Amino acid sequence: MEVVDLVCVRGERRLFQDLSFSQAVGELLYVHGPNGSGKTTLLRTLCGLMLPEAGEIRWRGENIRRLGEDYHREMAYVGHLNGVKDELTAFENLRVMAQLAGADDCDERAVAALQRLELSACAELPGKVLSQGQKRRVALARLLVAPRTLWIMDEPFNALDVKAVATIQDILIEHLDNGGMAILTTHQEVEITADRARHIRLGA
Amino acid sequence: MRTINWFKYSSPASFYPLAGKLIPYFTVLAVVLTAVGLYMGFFVAPTDYKQGEGYRIMFIHVPAAWMSMFIYLVMAVYAGAGLVFNTRLSSMMASALAPTGALFTFLALWTGSFWGKPMWGAWWVWDARLTSELILLFLYIGFMSLKAAIDDPRRAARASGLLAIIGAINIPIIYFSVQWWNTLHQGASISITSGTSMEATMLTTLLVMSFAFWMYAIAVVLARVRCEILEAEGDTEWVAAQLGKGQ
Amino acid sequence: MLTALWWVVVRDLTLAMRRRADVLTTLFFFVIVVSLFPLGVGPEMNTLRLMGPGVVWVAALLASMLSLGRLFSADYIDGSLEQMILTPRPLAVLVLGKVLSHWLVSGVPLVLMAPLLGVQYGLSAQALGVLVVSLLLGTPVLSLVGAVGAALTLGLRGGGVLVSLLVLPLYIPVLIFGAGSVEASVTGLGAQAHLSLLGAILVPALVFTPWATGWALRISME
Repeated sequence: MEVVDLVCVRGERRLFQDLSFSQAVGELLYVHGPNGSGKTTLLRTLCGLMLPEAGEIRWRGENIRRLGEDYHREMAYVGHLNGVKDELTAFENLRVMAQLAGADDCDERAVAALQRLELSACAELPGKVLSQGQKRRVALARLLVAPRTLWIMDEPFNALDVKAVATIQDILIEHLDNGGMAILTTHQEVEITADRARHIRLGA
Repeated sequence: MRTINWFKYSSPASFYPLAGKLIPYFTVLAVVLTAVGLYMGFFVAPTDYKQGEGYRIMFIHVPAAWMSMFIYLVMAVYAGAGLVFNTRLSSMMASALAPTGALFTFLALWTGSFWGKPMWGAWWVWDARLTSELILLFLYIGFMSLKAAIDDPRRAARASGLLAIIGAINIPIIYFSVQWWNTLHQGASISITSGTSMEATMLTTLLVMSFAFWMYAIAVVLARVRCEILEAEGDTEWVAAQLGKGQ
Repeated sequence: MLTALWWVVVRDLTLAMRRRADVLTTLFFFVIVVSLFPLGVGPEMNTLRLMGPGVVWVAALLASMLSLGRLFSADYIDGSLEQMILTPRPLAVLVLGKVLSHWLVSGVPLVLMAPLLGVQYGLSAQALGVLVVSLLLGTPVLSLVGAVGAALTLGLRGGGVLVSLLVLPLYIPVLIFGAGSVEASVTGLGAQAHLSLLGAILVPALVFTPWATGWALRISME
């Protein structure tokens, strides 16, 4: 992943400019900054959901605009919104996520993901009755239903209790160890060895 | 329109003064041509033996209708360019064109109504052209409403741009279906233009008025786009300099 | 690619089944509007017979438009829509799946209900048959074209009214050929021309509108 001279604008405000960085496999990138400094906008631009005002984002050397679906095949995004349907059960939600992500054995993967996040008890409960924390965990479970190299997460630890935070941290470390990379914003510090974690500050 | 040094003028900052310089020329042309056209239309062109004097409103109605369609196409092209090439000036031109296009559409409808009254005793006739103009007015209003409803200027420009292109693609389909609908229902198949046979002077007058409207449109649109540029670029240095100069 | 389409349709149909109230309101609106006209115009059967195809078609149009709000807004609000954009599947295919389920849930009931309502207007069996076929060909176009309008107006305040303004002019050819087909068959001209024109609108709509809707969705998500 390589970002070159990125400029992002939201509405009439220029959020940041000349942002450049690169990231390799196994690395974790933190994006810091006060509220409104453009962290979410940056992450959404890195996903390809928003177009930057100027600059380029490259994945494996090619512009993500040109890669299109090929880029999406290698990345997963968890944003502020959970993407969990109220009318579907937790299991059904994950199964749909797996199907759309192009995975095989969607049923097994969904069950395994629920297990890893300790949601097996809620598997048959509809989204409506899940707590915020449980919904957030379902949203994060999407990272496990299909193998993805790049994880982009916007405040993943929101609404999670201490135990859940620890689980996610373990999952994250496993991911980095297995050839993945991650970019995230958070108000909490994750316990990861310092040499793998890099930091960017916005809104200076 | 201008093909020389196209890219040089494609940034709002350099287009602004260019537009400013061009406006007076087009205004003058518009005024002169309108005067000539109206004189020809009301005094020079002969009385139509079938429709009498009332037909003269056609010299405003027909050019207005032509302009309303022409402007929509130009608007769609600019909108398309803005979407594909991501140039802000193209989108600004598209949204500057819309009100003028809507005005011509309304003018065509209004004069069409005035034409219809002495001819067929009704203020509105469902002939193919008037009905198509009405639908075109809805397309313009839709474009302007969508743009106005979106706060983020960039999303507004892109969304309304896509709408303009879709509208442009649909115009032939709509026109065809309205023609079809009209000829099928024999009762109301009177066409407002079918009454007159075109004499040379009439045709010339129509062309003169069309050009007059075209010049007017260019002048007004350039003025409007300058306002749009100022609004969009409000916080940049060159705008501050311009305003400081009292332009 | 077909599997993606299938999964999206299954998903949306499941969601619609669990929110049955939304679905039924569209149908009831259709019935009410069609039944209102005679109250406004008078019960003279000859007038009603002339108006019937047009009224049913306009009501179908309006009902279809009302239901457009359901197409994307729920997914937009809970974040599922942005996830769909980020899947490795072509967005046009996913959109086509959503529109297909939308039509199955909102359009097909209208088609099935139309003969019953046509009877209120004294339409003959032959006219009713043509009406059903015309609606069968036309309602998918309403869903397809409406989807573009729904995508452009995602999350905006104007909501339903704005979509109507954008989409109604584009619906007009379908209305003309749809209602016209019934009339043509009644007056003995034969409905083939109209119905083939409807088909001629449906096929390109199937190909182009999902792509345009996908584009509109990306624009609205920025």
